[in-house]
Amino acid sequence: MMLKTEPFVLNIGPVHPSTHGVFRMRATLDGEVIIGLEPVFGYLHRGIEKLAEERTYGGVIPLTDRLDYLASMSNNLAYVLAVEKLAGISVPERAQYLRVIMAELQRIAAFLIAVGAFINDCGAFFTPFLYMFREREKIVDLFEMVSGQRLLYNYMRIGGLSQDVPDEFFPALDRFVRQMPAFIGEYERLLKENEILLARAKGVGILSQEKAVNCSMSGPVLRASGVKWDIRKVDPYLVYDRFEFDVPTGSVGDCYDRYRVRIEEIRQSLRIIKQAMEQIPSGAVKSDVPHLIHPPAGEAYAHIEAPKGELGFYLVSDNSIAPYRCHVRAPSLMNLTTLREMIIGWKIQDAIIIFGSIDITMGEVDR
Amino acid sequence: MKFEHYGIGIAKGLTVTIRHLFRHPVTVQHPEQRLNTSRRIRGNELVWSRDRCTGCATCAKTCPQGVIQIVTSVDLVGNKYEVAKYEVDTGYCISCGLCVESCPYGALFMGYAYERAKYRRNELVQGKEDMMLESGKKQPSGYFYPEIARELPRQTLLVERITEKA
Ligand code: SF4
Ligand code: SF4
Repeated sequence: MMLKTEPFVLNIGPVHPSTHGVFRMRATLDGEVIIGLEPVFGYLHRGIEKLAEERTYGGVIPLTDRLDYLASMSNNLAYVLAVEKLAGISVPERAQYLRVIMAELQRIAAFLIAVGAFINDCGAFFTPFLYMFREREKIVDLFEMVSGQRLLYNYMRIGGLSQDVPDEFFPALDRFVRQMPAFIGEYERLLKENEILLARAKGVGILSQEKAVNCSMSGPVLRASGVKWDIRKVDPYLVYDRFEFDVPTGSVGDCYDRYRVRIEEIRQSLRIIKQAMEQIPSGAVKSDVPHLIHPPAGEAYAHIEAPKGELGFYLVSDNSIAPYRCHVRAPSLMNLTTLREMIIGWKIQDAIIIFGSIDITMGEVDR
Repeated sequence: MKFEHYGIGIAKGLTVTIRHLFRHPVTVQHPEQRLNTSRRIRGNELVWSRDRCTGCATCAKTCPQGVIQIVTSVDLVGNKYEVAKYEVDTGYCISCGLCVESCPYGALFMGYAYERAKYRRNELVQGKEDMMLESGKKQPSGYFYPEIARELPRQTLLVERITEKA
């Protein structure tokens, strides 16, 4: 006798610890295997792009903090770069170096969370996550020192930075840079060869090279699929062309590769910070920019390599004090578009890992 | 997946965990033990100087949230306008610090305090008297004022508290 079966629809989220925010996956299951998936988002929509249209150019910067709240510095940077391009404002050398240092520290902090949360999803419940948070805390301390807040930094300004770093910043940064490699080594000992992690992540959720390129993936997800594409190399902004660093890539494009690429990226970011600390000149950190700027009518797009991928701001100006249109090319949203392809055919417990390995922030997806 | 010697990786990882047992904790017991915050902390209140403020309202125009309300006298009192009302609804304030940076007369400061929860929403609206620097009750933070920052206690940093090599 044949048992009659029918697909079962399961809602994962929106309030579920492994959805990293308020995200909902509407999965159609055949037994344990996922045969259909519909990502549902929009629960965190705050209309940031629209809000930006009624604020002055400078007043939008605190809003950008709230996009990817785990990488506020990167958001600040992408936005001010777009405005500077639009208005043709130059930035002093020291500010450019400090921006590089901040952006790279932010990348490390965001990768630490990404990896920690991913390992958490794999079942290592919170121990590695908290090790990661301890290391991130050191970076957050530094950010707190320069900007006064721990999450929403609002540190970059049009034409430079809000203020120069205090005297105690560079000694502390130096200590951090010296402590961090030992921590990475320890962390690699903890998990790199862990059989449970290997069994759960290796070969799971493969994203082929063609698919990754076709779906305009970026960041570690793209590089894990074996594409050597890093905005810092292909379209250098700030002073990135003066630093030596490698672009780590994966070979297969599975969850394990994405995890490995992120760890490698931390090492490369440390390398950049070290070089920037040696080269940094002294001088002003902000060029003379009035509080209200009126960029000439036109449009500009600036993109940076944010922790999650290519983060771009597209601004249209009509020569008034506020942007006429502001659009954010959010890497989290773009990277989410391949979720269905990656998950279909895998079991429900793999879905959590695959989703975790993309590393998204809902604030950026919904905006 | 097939493994030749299952468990080696896990054992290696456990050595790291075990070593953590003998380390000093990095956390502190908060209300009793306190770490120093940043000298530039953008606390959730503003400090305003009655003597320096000229009522120019640059801060109100800069505020992206539009939460600063200023009413000044119509006529000059002495050589400046008298500020009749200076009110900030800190419930809407996002502590961005842009008002402090924009003040041309150095009359506005971020607050150094950070535990400022209130029971009622209307208590969040801070008036002239609540924010006044001259009352001596408020400690301004060093945000944008390096000379104030120098006086404040040094921030505790985790990088300095962890000294042992991992
Ligand atoms: S800190 Fe920001 S939001 Fe708060 S009053 Fe000042 S400018 Fe407005
Ligand atoms: S900008 Fe400064 S001087 Fe002007 S009204 Fe505000 S606090 Fe007073």
